[in-house]
Amino acid sequence: MSIQIPCPHCGPRPIEEFAFGEILAVPDQITDPDERDIDRAFMHNNPEGPQREAWFHTYGCRRWVTLTRDTRTDQII
Amino acid sequence: MNEFQEKLVNFKWVEPKKTYDVIIIGGGGHGLATAYYLATRHNITNVAVLERNYIGGGNSGRNTTVIRSNYGIPEAVRFYQRSVELYQTLEDETERWIMHAQKGILWMAHGETAVRAEKARAEINTAFGAKTVFVTPKEIKEICPEVDLTGGGVWPIMGGSYHPEAATARHDRVNWALAEGAMKRGVHVHQNTAVTNLIKSGNRVIGVETTAGPMHANVVMSAVGGHVTGLAALAGLRLPIRTHPLQAFVTNHYEQKFHPIVASTSLLTYVSQTARGEMLIGAEIDRQPSYSYRSGHHFLQTCAHRAMTMLPFLRQLRILRQWTGVCDMSPDYSPIMGFTGVDGFVLTTGWGTWGFKAIPAGGEQMAQLIATGETPELIAPFALDRFAQDRTMADRGSAGTH
Ligand SMILES: Cc1cc2nc3c(=O)[nH]c(=O)nc-3n(C[C@H](O)[C@H](O)[C@H](O)COP(=O)(O)OP(=O)(O)OC[C@H]3O[C@@H](n4cnc5c(N)ncnc54)[C@H](O)[C@@H]3O)c2cc1C
Ligand SMILES: [Zn+2]
Repeated sequence: MSIQIPCPHCGPRPIEEFAFGEILAVPDQITDPDERDIDRAFMHNNPEGPQREAWFHTYGCRRWVTLTRDTRTDQII
Repeated sequence: MNEFQEKLVNFKWVEPKKTYDVIIIGGGGHGLATAYYLATRHNITNVAVLERNYIGGGNSGRNTTVIRSNYGIPEAVRFYQRSVELYQTLEDETERWIMHAQKGILWMAHGETAVRAEKARAEINTAFGAKTVFVTPKEIKEICPEVDLTGGGVWPIMGGSYHPEAATARHDRVNWALAEGAMKRGVHVHQNTAVTNLIKSGNRVIGVETTAGPMHANVVMSAVGGHVTGLAALAGLRLPIRTHPLQAFVTNHYEQKFHPIVASTSLLTYVSQTARGEMLIGAEIDRQPSYSYRSGHHFLQTCAHRAMTMLPFLRQLRILRQWTGVCDMSPDYSPIMGFTGVDGFVLTTGWGTWGFKAIPAGGEQMAQLIATGETPELIAPFALDRFAQDRTMADRGSAGTH
């Protein structure tokens, strides 16, 4: 079965109905403004574990859903 | 060479030492090839490849083995052409039967824009050393009689590009040939040995902590596929990599007569036949970044449907098995190779869904970089600092699927 995204408006729906939205987080240790821009433009946290992320319900209510998913198992926590 | 001529592979497993000249993390194709070329081209044999699982257990043993150089930007065409050529001689060089088979790839165009794109591909390939020609629907039918030129009435084929040097090879055998060739010359390969941390002295990486104890080296290279973000973070590096699953599947046996590799950018799928007679079919990455090896029904359904649009005979076949790998996707669909700004630490990543074909050239060039301390010209465009310098190597149309 597809991964199910729990949409607060539509209930659990298959991931194929959604578009992925990464929540960018430039680490605080990077202080130089140019380096922060580069990080924001290109770099990813890409964690192997729980990740905060957003999904846009393209083929549904067309609202954003924010959740935490474990990228090792795809389980939504 | 063939199965009757070959000897059994001969791996020499030994106990780990405390220090090496070079430590390579990851026993996939890129790690093993780098060790192989360090030993064969530079006589550097005090090298260890550390693999946390078994060699070729990552993407290098899970891919659909398409080898080709028909890329969309000059830097990539040159680099992949080098790899295509190294693959052509790898069998003789290693005296191992890697089942290298030249098949040619047909890249279908289903509309005016796609026709222009495939004509442009042929031009740019020819200009930078790869053999690619534009072909008409009639010529396509001659190369691949199984194709439905009407595309099921939905995706008519209006032309395409043909790249005759495209090939496939048995992935496990490539990994084994390189491992054996390196080990024969004194390189250590340690399986079931995970790197758990990097040992640093100031801003210099001087070794690794492993499940088999600490080991020191002058140069440490990361070749860990989809797991690179966590490893690079140990060196204090941030990477433009996102890890995505990529799936593929094979059907049951079909009469051994399907010759070429067939691909389509519009349909985001590609098809070839394995030496066992299975039809091998792949697609683009899953949308969610993930390290999970789960395979899904949705992928099978949509991918099979698109492949059958071009090749209706697939309808008669059954799906035998499917699998997944986790890919180190770079934002510009080009690899990232070389120095990192951290002394003693080099990496090879961004191999995404397209790095099997690059194993020989990637290994050869990284070996040269390590041996000489300088970036070879062929891979200079693919350095990590290109992002900060706004010199990305965008080539999604050529690398998006395989
Ligand atoms: C389904 C699929 C189809 C594909 N099709 C094609 C294709 O047709 N053509 C093509 O060119 N490419 C293709 N690719 C891409 C290709 O497989 C990869 O780009 C290539 O194999 C990458 O090789 P690698 O050596 O960098 O990584 P890998 O082969 O993944 O090797 C990395 C190794 O590092 C090990 N490792 C990770 N972390 C650690 C650690 N901490 N310590 C020790 N070891 C560690 C892993 O266990 C693994 O064995 C495909 C990929 C997939 C998944
Ligand atoms: Zn919804």
